[in-house]
Amino acid sequence: MSFAYGHGPLVLRDVELEVERGEFVAIAGPNGGGKTTLLRLVLGLEEPASGQIELAAERLAYLPQRAQAGVDAPVTVRELVAAGRAPRARFLGPLRQADREAVREAIERVGLETQADRRLSTLSGGQQQRAFIAKALAADPELLVLDEPTTGVDVEAQESLAALLEQLHRELDVTILYVSHEFGAVERFVERIVLVRGEVVFDGAPADLPGVWHDPSHAHA
Amino acid sequence: MLDLEFMRLAFGAGIVVGLLAPAVGFFLVQRRLSLIGDGIGHVAFAGVALGYLLNLPLVLTALAVSIAGALSIETLRARRTAAGDQALALVFYTGIAGGVVLVSAAGALNVNLFQFLFGSILTVTRSDLAVIAGLGAAALLLIALLYRLLVAVVVDEEGARVAGLPVSLLNALTAALAAVTIALSMRVVGILLIAALMVLPVIAAARIAWSMRSTMVLAMGIGLASVLTGITVAYYADLPPGGTTVLVAAAAVLVAEPIGALRR
Ligand SMILES: Nc1ncnc2c1ncn2[C@@H]1O[C@H](COP(=O)(O)OP(=O)(O)OP(=O)(O)O)[C@@H](O)[C@H]1O
Ligand SMILES: [Mg+2]
Repeated sequence: MSFAYGHGPLVLRDVELEVERGEFVAIAGPNGGGKTTLLRLVLGLEEPASGQIELAAERLAYLPQRAQAGVDAPVTVRELVAAGRAPRARFLGPLRQADREAVREAIERVGLETQADRRLSTLSGGQQQRAFIAKALAADPELLVLDEPTTGVDVEAQESLAALLEQLHRELDVTILYVSHEFGAVERFVERIVLVRGEVVFDGAPADLPGVWHDPSHAHA
Repeated sequence: MLDLEFMRLAFGAGIVVGLLAPAVGFFLVQRRLSLIGDGIGHVAFAGVALGYLLNLPLVLTALAVSIAGALSIETLRARRTAAGDQALALVFYTGIAGGVVLVSAAGALNVNLFQFLFGSILTVTRSDLAVIAGLGAAALLLIALLYRLLVAVVVDEEGARVAGLPVSLLNALTAALAAVTIALSMRVVGILLIAALMVLPVIAAARIAWSMRSTMVLAMGIGLASVLTGITVAYYADLPPGGTTVLVAAAAVLVAEPIGALRR
């Protein structure tokens, strides 16, 4: 599969990736390497210029990079997370009790229960990021796509996100694509890492990473 | 004042439009499409002109042409063939130019176009009110039923699309609702001012409110209060009701600013 924006140069060249259900795939690479683009292609938000993408999962959730920047509506944390639940709930009328419960649970998982009814814009950047993580979780996704979810999130919250992802991955068989420059707490259970720099330059177990690339954020070598 | 039939009809139409315009405007403002109402208003003008030319009911031709215009703005925007504001500009100017050409072709440049440009709520008839109330209630019901889905699109359009919500359909529906609102509101505040009634109450409400839902409810309250105050003041002070209504809504924004600052 290859891709270019409009008539621009190829941003991704001959990418071939196969991800099994329930896999946890860490994706790293330099700025502009095409990580976000790859995720958008997987999610069907962009069409490949050549080649094809097949998706077996039906329930998808996407946490975009810098998600907070796109929202200036007077939305509360609970309303935001409820929006994530919308595809799982009935389409018309108010939210059912079971769905409200799922929303509350997702908010608890990211530790925002005391801020649940505050406006998103009054929270810190890291708290906003956590609210978006809760929004993605509320959809009970089969495929969870996270683009730099821990940017601006403190170590403690990174730890609890890692624990949560590990649980989703192990117990619920959720497939996770996780883009980051720094895997931190997630590192201990990453089984597969993909380095993207205009093409896939590495795809394998973290232990097999060539020495020069060992810090995934410095994959320029 | 209320013993006069035309005033009762004016208040009836005003109540519907005062509630509906901010309810639809709410979703436009949150999607940063505040000016779409203006664009559709200009298209509605072409619709009115077409009605004169074909000798058809003006509200119906305005409604049909507005919906067509709203859907083309939405299509151009969604396909990204043009940036949002360029799509708007294209439809905006085509509408007003088309209107001028059609009106002069109909030999109607001297007719009461002024009524449509600036509103003429005091000339609302019983059958007008029936149309306004019927379509207005249907539009409000639709918004109430689809509220959660519309909010999901507003807070994260791509996320909603990825999750499988019918985003394009919901966006087209919002555009169509805006067109209906404008066609119904022409008589109340006029084509040139209708967008103000869709946008200003929402801006005022967002300054004070603490959530999406409270913003929506408050905006509808401010819209309603603006229309009722506007008509009443206009009646006693002998002012144009449309302009007076919009000035009241603008004042609401000015008042909301310090209240919002105090709350924070
Ligand atoms: N909307 C767009 N239009 C045109 N070019 C784009 C667009 N988005 C990204 N690009 C280009 O595509 C390339 C890959 O960008 P992408 O955002 O996928 O990189 P990334 O790996 O996610 O980078 P980062 O680490 O900074 O998030 C870059 O060269 C960028 O300039
Ligand atoms: Mg990126």
